[in-house]
Amino acid sequence: MEPSIATSIGQIQLDKPVMLASGILGISLDVFNRLYASGAGAVVTKSLSTAPWEGYPNPTIFSVKGGGWINAVGLSNPGASNFAKMIEPNQDVPIIVSLVGSVPEDFETMIKEFENCKIKAYELNLSCPHVAKVGLEVGDDPGLVKTIVSTVKKATNVPVIAKVGLGTSNYLNTVSNAVDSGIDAITAINTVRAMAINVETKRPILSNKFGGLSGTPIKPIALRCVYEISSKFDIPIIGCGGVSTWEDAVEFFLAGASAVQLGSAIGDNWVGVFDDINRGILEYMKKNNYSTIKDMVGLAKKS
Amino acid sequence: MQRNHNHPTIVTIEKVIDETPTVRTLVFSDDVMPNVLPGQFAMVWIPGVNELPMSIMISKESGKAAFTVRKHGPSSTGLFNVPVGGQIGIRGPYGNSFDIKEGKLLLVGGGTGLVPMMRLLTFVKPTDDITVLMGAKSKDEVFFEDLSNELLKNNPHQVIVSTDDGSYGEKGFVTDLVEKLVNDTHYDAVYVCGPEIMMYKTVQFANSRKIFVQASLERMMKCGVGICGSCCVGEDLVCKDGTVFDGEHLSKNSEFGHLHRNKAGILENY
Repeated sequence: MEPSIATSIGQIQLDKPVMLASGILGISLDVFNRLYASGAGAVVTKSLSTAPWEGYPNPTIFSVKGGGWINAVGLSNPGASNFAKMIEPNQDVPIIVSLVGSVPEDFETMIKEFENCKIKAYELNLSCPHVAKVGLEVGDDPGLVKTIVSTVKKATNVPVIAKVGLGTSNYLNTVSNAVDSGIDAITAINTVRAMAINVETKRPILSNKFGGLSGTPIKPIALRCVYEISSKFDIPIIGCGGVSTWEDAVEFFLAGASAVQLGSAIGDNWVGVFDDINRGILEYMKKNNYSTIKDMVGLAKKS
Repeated sequence: MQRNHNHPTIVTIEKVIDETPTVRTLVFSDDVMPNVLPGQFAMVWIPGVNELPMSIMISKESGKAAFTVRKHGPSSTGLFNVPVGGQIGIRGPYGNSFDIKEGKLLLVGGGTGLVPMMRLLTFVKPTDDITVLMGAKSKDEVFFEDLSNELLKNNPHQVIVSTDDGSYGEKGFVTDLVEKLVNDTHYDAVYVCGPEIMMYKTVQFANSRKIFVQASLERMMKCGVGICGSCCVGEDLVCKDGTVFDGEHLSKNSEFGHLHRNKAGILENY
Protein backbone atom coordinates (compact mmCIF):
# COMPACT_ATOMS: atom_id res chain seq x y z
CA MET A 1 0.00 0.00 0.00
CA GLU A 2 1.16 3.55 -0.81
CA PRO A 3 2.44 5.26 2.36
CA SER A 4 0.58 8.34 3.57
CA ILE A 5 2.30 11.63 4.35
CA ALA A 6 -0.76 12.83 6.27
CA THR A 7 0.08 13.68 9.84
CA SER A 8 -1.49 14.70 13.12
CA ILE A 9 -0.11 17.12 15.66
CA GLY A 10 -2.34 16.24 18.60
CA GLN A 11 -5.85 17.17 17.45
CA ILE A 12 -4.58 18.94 14.33
CA GLN A 13 -4.92 16.76 11.24
CA LEU A 14 -3.02 17.67 8.08
CA ASP A 15 -2.85 15.97 4.68
CA LYS A 16 0.79 16.97 4.30
CA PRO A 17 3.52 17.48 6.86
CA VAL A 18 5.31 20.60 5.56
CA MET A 19 3.82 23.96 6.51
CA LEU A 20 4.64 27.53 5.75
CA ALA A 21 6.25 29.11 8.82
CA SER A 22 4.94 32.31 10.31
CA GLY A 23 6.25 35.61 9.03
CA ILE A 24 6.58 34.46 5.43
CA LEU A 25 4.23 35.53 2.61
CA GLY A 26 1.40 35.74 5.09
CA ILE A 27 -0.91 38.62 4.18
CA SER A 28 -3.08 37.51 1.28
CA LEU A 29 -5.69 34.73 1.12
CA ASP A 30 -4.97 34.36 -2.60
CA VAL A 31 -1.34 33.58 -1.76
CA PHE A 32 -2.43 31.10 0.93
CA ASN A 33 -4.55 29.32 -1.68
CA ARG A 34 -1.60 29.20 -4.03
CA LEU A 35 0.72 27.79 -1.34
CA TYR A 36 -1.85 25.14 -0.40
CA ALA A 37 -2.16 24.18 -4.06
CA SER A 38 1.66 24.03 -4.18
CA GLY A 39 1.72 21.33 -1.51
CA ALA A 40 1.86 23.16 1.82
CA GLY A 41 0.12 21.10 4.52
CA ALA A 42 -0.91 24.28 6.28
CA VAL A 43 -0.01 27.94 6.25
CA VAL A 44 0.87 29.85 9.38
CA THR A 45 -0.03 33.51 9.09
CA LYS A 46 2.21 36.43 9.87
CA SER A 47 2.06 37.15 13.60
CA LEU A 48 -0.95 39.36 14.17
CA SER A 49 -1.19 42.06 16.79
CA THR A 50 -4.26 43.86 18.15
CA ALA A 51 -3.46 46.97 16.05
CA PRO A 52 -1.79 47.17 12.60
CA TRP A 53 2.00 47.43 12.71
CA GLU A 54 4.14 48.90 9.93
CA GLY A 55 7.29 47.07 10.96
CA TYR A 56 10.82 48.43 10.60
CA PRO A 57 12.23 50.46 7.70
CA ASN A 58 14.39 48.61 5.18
CA PRO A 59 16.85 46.96 5.07
CA THR A 60 14.79 44.33 6.83
CA ILE A 61 16.56 41.30 5.45
CA PHE A 62 20.15 40.23 4.93
CA SER A 63 21.47 37.18 3.09
CA VAL A 64 24.24 35.43 4.99
CA LYS A 65 27.13 34.25 2.86
CA GLY A 66 27.09 30.48 2.86
CA GLY A 67 23.37 30.28 3.55
CA GLY A 68 20.61 31.65 5.71
CA TRP A 69 18.99 35.00 6.27
CA ILE A 70 18.84 37.57 9.03
CA ASN A 71 15.56 39.44 9.11
CA ALA A 72 14.08 42.23 11.15
CA VAL A 73 10.81 42.89 9.37
CA GLY A 74 9.46 43.95 12.75
CA LEU A 75 6.27 41.87 12.79
CA SER A 76 4.61 44.12 10.23
CA ASN A 77 0.97 43.05 9.96
CA PRO A 78 -2.45 44.51 9.18
CA GLY A 79 -3.80 43.83 12.68
CA ALA A 80 -6.03 40.96 13.78
CA SER A 81 -9.32 42.59 12.82
CA ASN A 82 -8.34 43.50 9.23
CA PHE A 83 -6.72 40.13 8.79
CA ALA A 84 -9.73 38.17 10.10
CA LYS A 85 -11.98 39.93 7.56
CA MET A 86 -9.60 38.91 4.78
CA ILE A 87 -9.57 35.21 5.67
CA GLU A 88 -13.28 34.93 6.47
CA PRO A 89 -14.08 33.52 3.00
CA ASN A 90 -11.54 30.73 3.50
CA GLN A 91 -12.95 27.24 3.11
CA ASP A 92 -10.15 24.95 1.99
CA VAL A 93 -6.80 26.14 3.30
CA PRO A 94 -5.64 24.82 6.67
CA ILE A 95 -4.74 28.17 8.23
CA ILE A 96 -2.90 28.46 11.53
CA VAL A 97 -3.22 31.97 12.92
CA SER A 98 -0.10 33.28 14.62
CA LEU A 99 -0.69 35.79 17.39
CA VAL A 100 1.69 38.13 19.16
CA GLY A 101 0.95 40.27 22.19
CA SER A 102 2.24 41.57 25.51
CA VAL A 103 -0.53 40.63 27.93
CA PRO A 104 -3.23 37.92 28.06
CA GLU A 105 -5.93 40.47 27.16
CA ASP A 106 -4.26 41.09 23.76
CA PHE A 107 -4.71 37.43 22.86
CA GLU A 108 -8.28 37.31 24.16
CA THR A 109 -9.21 40.34 22.05
CA MET A 110 -7.68 38.86 18.91
CA ILE A 111 -9.27 35.44 19.31
CA LYS A 112 -12.72 37.11 19.33
CA GLU A 113 -11.90 38.56 15.89
CA PHE A 114 -11.40 35.10 14.42
CA GLU A 115 -14.67 33.57 15.69
CA ASN A 116 -16.18 33.50 12.18
CA CYS A 117 -13.05 32.21 10.47
CA LYS A 118 -12.36 28.63 9.51
CA ILE A 119 -8.94 28.05 11.01
CA LYS A 120 -6.99 24.98 12.05
CA ALA A 121 -5.15 26.26 15.12
CA TYR A 122 -3.58 29.26 16.84
CA GLU A 123 0.17 29.57 17.20
CA LEU A 124 1.34 31.88 19.99
CA ASN A 125 4.53 33.67 19.04
CA LEU A 126 6.52 33.56 22.28
CA SER A 127 9.86 33.87 20.56
CA CYS A 128 10.27 36.72 18.04
CA PRO A 129 13.83 37.91 18.74
CA HIS A 130 13.66 41.48 17.41
CA VAL A 131 10.57 43.30 18.70
CA ALA A 132 10.44 44.70 22.24
CA LYS A 133 7.68 43.77 24.73
CA VAL A 134 6.47 40.79 22.69
CA GLY A 135 7.94 37.51 21.46
CA LEU A 136 11.00 36.46 23.42
CA GLU A 137 10.38 39.01 26.15
CA VAL A 138 7.12 37.18 26.79
CA GLY A 139 8.63 33.72 26.32
CA ASP A 140 11.37 34.54 28.84
CA ASP A 141 8.78 35.45 31.51
CA PRO A 142 7.49 32.16 32.98
CA GLY A 143 4.53 33.72 34.79
CA LEU A 144 3.36 35.50 31.66
CA VAL A 145 3.62 32.35 29.53
CA LYS A 146 1.38 30.54 32.02
CA THR A 147 -1.29 33.22 32.15
CA ILE A 148 -1.29 33.76 28.38
CA VAL A 149 -1.60 30.05 27.58
CA SER A 150 -4.33 29.55 30.22
CA THR A 151 -6.25 32.58 29.00
CA VAL A 152 -6.07 31.52 25.36
CA LYS A 153 -7.07 27.95 26.16
CA LYS A 154 -10.15 29.26 27.99
CA ALA A 155 -11.01 31.62 25.14
CA THR A 156 -11.12 29.05 22.32
CA ASN A 157 -11.78 25.42 21.48
CA VAL A 158 -9.37 25.60 18.54
CA PRO A 159 -6.03 23.84 19.27
CA VAL A 160 -3.28 26.17 20.53
CA ILE A 161 0.41 25.83 19.68
CA ALA A 162 3.23 27.72 21.42
CA LYS A 163 6.22 28.73 19.30
CA VAL A 164 9.34 28.82 21.42
CA GLY A 165 12.86 29.96 20.69
CA LEU A 166 16.20 30.76 22.19
CA GLY A 167 16.02 33.76 24.53
CA THR A 168 17.84 34.68 27.70
CA SER A 169 16.22 31.96 29.82
CA ASN A 170 16.19 28.24 29.14
CA TYR A 171 13.57 27.63 26.46
CA LEU A 172 12.73 24.31 28.10
CA ASN A 173 11.23 26.32 31.00
CA THR A 174 8.96 28.09 28.50
CA VAL A 175 7.93 24.72 27.08
CA SER A 176 7.35 23.40 30.59
CA ASN A 177 5.15 26.36 31.55
CA ALA A 178 3.19 26.13 28.32
CA VAL A 179 2.68 22.38 28.77
CA ASP A 180 1.57 22.86 32.41
CA SER A 181 -0.98 25.43 31.23
CA GLY A 182 -2.56 23.10 28.72
CA ILE A 183 -0.86 23.90 25.41
CA ASP A 184 -1.73 21.45 22.60
CA ALA A 185 1.58 21.51 20.73
CA ILE A 186 4.97 23.22 20.50
CA THR A 187 6.66 24.75 17.48
CA ALA A 188 10.44 24.87 17.89
CA ILE A 189 12.29 27.09 17.10
CA ASN A 190 12.02 30.71 15.98
CA THR A 191 14.89 32.66 14.40
CA VAL A 192 17.97 33.27 16.54
CA ARG A 193 18.99 36.83 17.45
CA ALA A 194 21.84 37.90 15.16
CA MET A 195 23.33 40.81 13.23
CA ALA A 196 25.40 41.76 10.18
CA ILE A 197 27.83 44.66 9.68
CA ASN A 198 29.03 45.97 6.32
CA VAL A 199 32.79 46.49 6.36
CA GLU A 200 32.86 49.19 3.70
CA THR A 201 30.17 51.46 5.10
CA LYS A 202 31.07 50.29 8.65
CA ARG A 203 27.41 50.09 9.61
CA PRO A 204 25.01 47.41 10.77
CA ILE A 205 23.03 46.47 7.67
CA LEU A 206 19.56 45.99 9.15
CA SER A 207 17.77 49.20 10.08
CA ASN A 208 16.96 47.58 13.44
CA LYS A 209 20.65 46.51 13.79
CA PHE A 210 19.58 43.12 15.24
CA GLY A 211 17.44 40.55 13.53
CA GLY A 212 16.65 36.86 13.58
CA LEU A 213 18.86 34.30 11.83
CA SER A 214 16.96 31.67 9.88
CA GLY A 215 17.69 29.01 7.30
CA THR A 216 20.31 26.28 7.07
CA PRO A 217 22.70 27.73 9.72
CA ILE A 218 20.11 27.20 12.49
CA LYS A 219 18.94 23.73 11.48
CA PRO A 220 21.30 21.83 13.77
CA ILE A 221 20.22 24.04 16.69
CA ALA A 222 16.52 23.58 15.92
CA LEU A 223 17.00 19.85 15.57
CA ARG A 224 18.69 19.68 18.97
CA CYS A 225 15.80 21.62 20.52
CA VAL A 226 13.17 19.31 19.01
CA TYR A 227 15.14 16.29 20.27
CA GLU A 228 15.40 17.81 23.76
CA ILE A 229 11.72 18.75 23.95
CA SER A 230 10.56 15.37 22.72
CA SER A 231 12.86 13.68 25.23
CA LYS A 232 11.50 15.64 28.19
CA PHE A 233 7.84 16.25 27.37
CA ASP A 234 4.94 14.26 26.05
CA ILE A 235 3.71 16.93 23.64
CA PRO A 236 3.32 17.03 19.84
CA ILE A 237 6.10 19.06 18.20
CA ILE A 238 6.40 20.98 14.94
CA GLY A 239 10.02 21.36 13.86
CA CYS A 240 11.03 24.71 12.44
CA GLY A 241 14.43 26.06 11.49
CA GLY A 242 16.39 25.52 8.31
CA VAL A 243 14.18 22.94 6.61
CA SER A 244 14.97 23.12 2.90
CA THR A 245 15.12 19.50 1.72
CA TRP A 246 13.25 16.26 2.42
CA GLU A 247 16.24 15.01 4.38
CA ASP A 248 15.90 18.00 6.71
CA ALA A 249 12.22 17.22 7.24
CA VAL A 250 12.92 13.55 7.94
CA GLU A 251 15.66 14.48 10.42
CA PHE A 252 13.09 16.52 12.34
CA PHE A 253 10.64 13.59 12.31
CA LEU A 254 13.35 11.27 13.61
CA ALA A 255 14.14 13.81 16.36
CA GLY A 256 10.50 13.82 17.47
CA ALA A 257 8.57 16.30 15.33
CA SER A 258 5.24 15.30 13.76
CA ALA A 259 5.40 18.05 11.15
CA VAL A 260 7.77 20.78 10.01
CA GLN A 261 7.56 24.41 8.97
CA LEU A 262 9.77 26.23 6.51
CA GLY A 263 10.30 29.80 5.47
CA SER A 264 13.79 30.65 4.30
CA ALA A 265 13.73 27.88 1.71
CA ILE A 266 11.03 29.87 -0.09
CA GLY A 267 13.59 32.63 -0.69
CA ASP A 268 15.94 30.15 -2.31
CA ASN A 269 13.60 27.72 -4.07
CA TRP A 270 10.24 29.53 -4.27
CA VAL A 271 6.91 27.71 -3.84
CA GLY A 272 7.96 24.50 -5.60
CA VAL A 273 9.84 23.58 -2.43
CA PHE A 274 6.72 22.09 -0.80
CA ASP A 275 6.08 19.48 -3.49
CA ASP A 276 9.79 18.66 -3.74
CA ILE A 277 9.98 17.91 -0.02
CA ASN A 278 6.68 16.01 0.06
CA ARG A 279 7.84 13.80 -2.81
CA GLY A 280 11.18 13.15 -1.12
CA ILE A 281 9.51 12.16 2.16
CA LEU A 282 7.19 9.78 0.32
CA GLU A 283 10.09 8.11 -1.50
CA TYR A 284 11.99 7.74 1.77
CA MET A 285 8.93 6.16 3.40
CA LYS A 286 8.56 3.67 0.55
CA LYS A 287 12.22 2.72 0.77
CA ASN A 288 12.01 2.19 4.51
CA ASN A 289 8.57 0.57 4.56
CA TYR A 290 6.98 3.26 6.69
CA SER A 291 3.25 3.63 6.14
CA THR A 292 2.70 6.82 8.15
CA ILE A 293 4.74 9.79 9.34
CA LYS A 294 4.11 8.55 12.90
CA ASP A 295 6.29 5.50 12.16
CA MET A 296 9.29 7.82 11.97
CA VAL A 297 8.55 10.26 14.80
CA GLY A 298 11.22 10.12 17.49
CA LEU A 299 13.04 7.08 16.07
CA ALA A 300 16.44 8.69 16.65
CA LYS A 301 15.84 8.64 20.39
CA LYS A 302 15.68 4.86 20.40
CA SER A 303 19.17 4.43 19.05
CA MET B 1 35.09 35.12 -4.54
CA GLN B 2 31.92 34.58 -6.55
CA ARG B 3 29.35 37.30 -6.12
CA ASN B 4 26.22 36.36 -4.19
CA HIS B 5 23.39 38.29 -5.79
CA ASN B 6 21.48 38.33 -2.51
CA HIS B 7 24.38 39.98 -0.71
CA PRO B 8 24.71 43.76 -0.93
CA THR B 9 27.61 44.87 -3.14
CA ILE B 10 28.83 48.38 -2.30
CA VAL B 11 29.21 50.70 -5.31
CA THR B 12 30.31 54.32 -5.51
CA ILE B 13 28.31 56.98 -7.33
CA GLU B 14 30.52 58.39 -10.09
CA LYS B 15 28.20 60.85 -11.79
CA VAL B 16 24.91 62.56 -10.99
CA ILE B 17 22.73 63.76 -13.90
CA ASP B 18 19.84 66.13 -13.16
CA GLU B 19 17.05 65.02 -15.50
CA THR B 20 14.42 67.41 -14.12
CA PRO B 21 14.17 69.48 -10.92
CA THR B 22 12.91 66.35 -9.11
CA VAL B 23 14.52 63.48 -11.05
CA ARG B 24 18.16 62.43 -11.00
CA THR B 25 20.21 59.64 -12.56
CA LEU B 26 23.03 58.25 -10.43
CA VAL B 27 25.75 56.44 -12.42
CA PHE B 28 28.06 53.75 -10.98
CA SER B 29 30.43 51.03 -12.19
CA ASP B 30 29.47 47.40 -11.72
CA ASP B 31 30.04 43.98 -13.29
CA VAL B 32 26.45 42.77 -13.21
CA MET B 33 23.98 45.64 -13.45
CA PRO B 34 24.99 46.92 -16.92
CA ASN B 35 23.78 43.63 -18.43
CA VAL B 36 20.40 43.05 -16.81
CA LEU B 37 17.16 42.56 -18.71
CA PRO B 38 14.39 45.17 -19.01
CA GLY B 39 11.96 44.80 -16.09
CA GLN B 40 14.51 43.47 -13.63
CA PHE B 41 15.23 45.43 -10.49
CA ALA B 42 17.76 45.78 -7.69
CA MET B 43 17.31 46.36 -3.99
CA VAL B 44 19.25 49.55 -3.30
CA TRP B 45 20.54 50.23 0.21
CA ILE B 46 21.10 53.85 1.12
CA PRO B 47 23.05 53.43 4.37
CA GLY B 48 21.33 55.12 7.28
CA VAL B 49 18.20 55.81 5.21
CA ASN B 50 16.42 52.77 3.79
CA GLU B 51 16.54 50.12 1.08
CA LEU B 52 14.41 50.55 -2.04
CA PRO B 53 13.49 48.45 -5.07
CA MET B 54 14.75 50.29 -8.17
CA SER B 55 14.59 49.54 -11.88
CA ILE B 56 18.08 49.43 -13.29
CA MET B 57 18.81 52.25 -15.73
CA ILE B 58 21.25 51.96 -18.62
CA SER B 59 24.36 54.08 -18.95
CA LYS B 60 25.99 55.23 -22.17
CA GLU B 61 29.38 54.16 -20.84
CA SER B 62 30.33 50.50 -20.90
CA GLY B 63 30.63 48.74 -17.56
CA LYS B 64 28.34 51.26 -15.95
CA ALA B 65 24.71 51.25 -14.88
CA ALA B 66 22.52 53.78 -13.12
CA PHE B 67 19.42 54.42 -11.07
CA THR B 68 16.96 57.14 -12.01
CA VAL B 69 15.05 58.34 -8.97
CA ARG B 70 12.36 60.93 -8.32
CA LYS B 71 12.51 62.55 -4.88
CA HIS B 72 9.23 61.86 -3.21
CA GLY B 73 9.31 60.40 0.30
CA PRO B 74 12.25 60.26 2.74
CA SER B 75 13.73 57.13 1.16
CA SER B 76 13.71 58.24 -2.48
CA THR B 77 14.92 61.67 -1.39
CA GLY B 78 17.74 59.92 0.47
CA LEU B 79 18.80 58.20 -2.75
CA PHE B 80 18.28 61.42 -4.77
CA ASN B 81 20.71 63.18 -2.43
CA VAL B 82 23.56 60.63 -2.61
CA PRO B 83 26.48 62.72 -3.94
CA VAL B 84 29.29 61.78 -6.32
CA GLY B 85 31.62 59.64 -4.21
CA GLY B 86 28.73 58.44 -2.04
CA GLN B 87 28.32 54.71 -1.43
CA ILE B 88 25.19 52.61 -1.86
CA GLY B 89 24.64 48.86 -1.58
CA ILE B 90 22.98 46.91 -4.35
CA ARG B 91 21.66 43.36 -4.47
CA GLY B 92 19.99 41.58 -7.32
CA PRO B 93 19.14 41.63 -10.13
CA TYR B 94 15.73 40.27 -9.21
CA GLY B 95 12.57 39.59 -11.16
CA ASN B 96 11.67 38.58 -14.67
CA SER B 97 11.74 40.74 -17.78
CA PHE B 98 9.69 41.81 -20.78
CA ASP B 99 9.25 39.31 -23.62
CA ILE B 100 10.79 41.27 -26.45
CA LYS B 101 8.67 40.89 -29.58
CA GLU B 102 9.51 42.05 -33.09
CA GLY B 103 7.67 44.38 -35.46
CA LYS B 104 5.63 47.38 -34.49
CA LEU B 105 6.07 48.05 -30.79
CA LEU B 106 4.46 50.61 -28.50
CA LEU B 107 6.33 51.50 -25.31
CA VAL B 108 4.42 53.52 -22.75
CA GLY B 109 6.22 55.08 -19.79
CA GLY B 110 5.06 57.46 -17.09
CA GLY B 111 7.63 59.28 -14.95
CA THR B 112 10.39 56.98 -13.72
CA GLY B 113 8.41 54.12 -15.27
CA LEU B 114 10.39 55.10 -18.37
CA VAL B 115 13.50 53.46 -16.89
CA PRO B 116 12.70 49.86 -17.93
CA MET B 117 11.54 51.22 -21.30
CA MET B 118 14.96 52.78 -21.95
CA ARG B 119 16.58 49.45 -21.20
CA LEU B 120 14.08 47.69 -23.47
CA LEU B 121 15.07 50.07 -26.30
CA THR B 122 18.61 48.71 -26.13
CA PHE B 123 17.24 45.24 -26.99
CA VAL B 124 15.12 46.07 -30.06
CA LYS B 125 16.18 45.10 -33.60
CA PRO B 126 16.97 47.81 -36.19
CA THR B 127 14.01 46.65 -38.27
CA ASP B 128 11.49 47.17 -35.45
CA ASP B 129 9.18 50.16 -35.79
CA ILE B 130 9.02 51.74 -32.34
CA THR B 131 6.64 54.25 -30.81
CA VAL B 132 7.65 55.61 -27.41
CA LEU B 133 4.92 57.38 -25.53
CA MET B 134 6.02 59.29 -22.45
CA GLY B 135 3.84 61.06 -19.96
CA ALA B 136 4.75 63.89 -17.61
CA LYS B 137 2.86 66.42 -15.51
CA SER B 138 4.43 69.45 -17.19
CA LYS B 139 7.26 70.56 -19.50
CA ASP B 140 9.70 70.77 -16.56
CA GLU B 141 9.16 67.11 -15.81
CA VAL B 142 9.88 65.68 -19.27
CA PHE B 143 13.02 63.56 -19.45
CA PHE B 144 14.56 60.81 -21.62
CA GLU B 145 13.03 62.32 -24.79
CA ASP B 146 16.43 62.98 -26.35
CA LEU B 147 17.77 59.69 -25.05
CA SER B 148 14.89 57.78 -26.67
CA ASN B 149 15.51 59.44 -30.04
CA GLU B 150 19.21 58.73 -29.78
CA LEU B 151 18.70 55.05 -28.86
CA LEU B 152 16.29 54.71 -31.80
CA LYS B 153 18.32 56.60 -34.39
CA ASN B 154 18.67 53.47 -36.56
CA ASN B 155 15.00 52.48 -36.27
CA PRO B 156 11.82 53.73 -37.84
CA HIS B 157 10.40 55.44 -34.78
CA GLN B 158 8.46 58.23 -33.14
CA VAL B 159 8.73 59.62 -29.63
CA ILE B 160 5.52 61.23 -28.40
CA VAL B 161 5.45 63.31 -25.24
CA SER B 162 2.26 64.20 -23.47
CA THR B 163 1.92 66.57 -20.54
CA ASP B 164 -1.07 66.73 -18.24
CA ASP B 165 -1.13 70.55 -18.43
CA GLY B 166 -0.31 70.78 -22.14
CA SER B 167 2.84 72.85 -21.53
CA TYR B 168 4.77 70.57 -23.91
CA GLY B 169 3.89 67.95 -26.52
CA GLU B 170 0.35 66.65 -26.59
CA LYS B 171 -2.02 67.83 -23.90
CA GLY B 172 -3.74 65.24 -21.75
CA PHE B 173 -3.23 61.90 -20.13
CA VAL B 174 -1.02 59.26 -21.66
CA THR B 175 -3.88 56.77 -21.55
CA ASP B 176 -6.01 58.89 -23.90
CA LEU B 177 -3.20 58.69 -26.43
CA VAL B 178 -2.77 54.98 -25.85
CA GLU B 179 -6.44 54.43 -26.62
CA LYS B 180 -6.17 56.46 -29.83
CA LEU B 181 -2.94 54.74 -30.94
CA VAL B 182 -4.14 51.17 -30.39
CA ASN B 183 -7.41 51.96 -32.15
CA ASP B 184 -5.67 53.49 -35.19
CA THR B 185 -2.66 51.20 -35.57
CA HIS B 186 -1.97 47.52 -35.21
CA TYR B 187 0.87 46.96 -32.76
CA ASP B 188 2.61 43.62 -32.32
CA ALA B 189 3.20 44.37 -28.66
CA VAL B 190 2.59 47.06 -26.05
CA TYR B 191 4.85 47.51 -23.00
CA VAL B 192 3.95 49.76 -20.10
CA CYS B 193 5.45 50.96 -16.84
CA GLY B 194 4.32 53.86 -14.70
CA PRO B 195 1.52 54.77 -12.31
CA GLU B 196 -0.79 51.78 -11.86
CA ILE B 197 -3.94 53.44 -13.18
CA MET B 198 -2.02 54.27 -16.35
CA MET B 199 -0.90 50.65 -16.64
CA TYR B 200 -4.38 49.34 -15.88
CA LYS B 201 -5.99 51.41 -18.63
CA THR B 202 -3.23 50.59 -21.11
CA VAL B 203 -3.65 46.88 -20.40
CA GLN B 204 -7.42 47.18 -20.80
CA PHE B 205 -7.14 48.98 -24.16
CA ALA B 206 -4.59 46.50 -25.48
CA ASN B 207 -6.53 43.48 -24.19
CA SER B 208 -9.71 44.75 -25.84
CA ARG B 209 -7.85 44.94 -29.17
CA LYS B 210 -6.24 41.53 -28.50
CA ILE B 211 -2.76 43.05 -28.64
CA PHE B 212 0.04 41.38 -26.65
CA VAL B 213 0.69 43.64 -23.66
CA GLN B 214 2.96 43.47 -20.64
CA ALA B 215 3.21 45.73 -17.59
CA SER B 216 6.00 46.06 -15.04
CA LEU B 217 4.38 46.43 -11.62
CA GLU B 218 5.55 48.24 -8.53
CA ARG B 219 4.58 47.41 -4.94
CA MET B 220 5.77 48.08 -1.42
CA MET B 221 8.76 45.77 -1.18
CA LYS B 222 10.81 44.71 1.81
CA CYS B 223 12.85 41.61 1.05
CA GLY B 224 12.85 41.38 -2.75
CA VAL B 225 13.26 37.60 -2.59
CA GLY B 226 9.74 36.24 -1.99
CA ILE B 227 9.88 35.90 1.78
CA CYS B 228 8.17 38.91 3.32
CA GLY B 229 5.05 38.88 1.15
CA SER B 230 4.68 42.68 1.17
CA CYS B 231 4.56 42.97 -2.60
CA CYS B 232 1.73 40.53 -3.24
CA VAL B 233 -0.94 41.45 -5.79
CA GLY B 234 -3.66 38.83 -5.51
CA GLU B 235 -1.81 35.52 -5.65
CA ASP B 236 1.24 37.02 -7.36
CA LEU B 237 4.41 38.32 -5.79
CA VAL B 238 5.86 41.23 -7.75
CA CYS B 239 9.41 40.37 -6.67
CA LYS B 240 9.28 36.66 -7.64
CA ASP B 241 6.57 36.32 -10.28
CA GLY B 242 7.15 39.79 -11.78
CA THR B 243 7.87 42.57 -12.09
CA VAL B 244 6.52 41.90 -15.59
CA PHE B 245 3.08 40.35 -16.06
CA ASP B 246 1.07 39.63 -19.22
CA GLY B 247 -2.07 41.67 -19.77
CA GLU B 248 -4.18 38.56 -19.98
CA HIS B 249 -2.95 37.39 -16.58
CA LEU B 250 -3.47 40.85 -15.07
CA SER B 251 -7.05 41.02 -16.36
CA LYS B 252 -7.87 38.17 -13.95
CA ASN B 253 -6.18 39.82 -10.97
CA SER B 254 -8.76 41.62 -8.85
CA GLU B 255 -6.20 43.83 -7.08
CA PHE B 256 -4.32 45.17 -10.13
CA GLY B 257 -5.47 48.70 -10.89
CA HIS B 258 -7.67 48.85 -7.80
CA LEU B 259 -5.84 48.04 -4.59
CA HIS B 260 -2.39 48.17 -3.10
CA ARG B 261 -1.03 47.33 0.35
CA ASN B 262 0.42 49.81 2.82
CA LYS B 263 3.42 49.11 5.07
CA ALA B 264 1.26 47.14 7.50
CA GLY B 265 -0.15 45.07 4.62
CA ILE B 266 -3.63 46.65 4.71
CA LEU B 267 -5.31 46.88 1.31
CA GLU B 268 -6.01 50.45 0.22
CA ASN B 269 -7.77 51.81 -2.83
CA TYR B 270 -5.84 53.64 -5.52
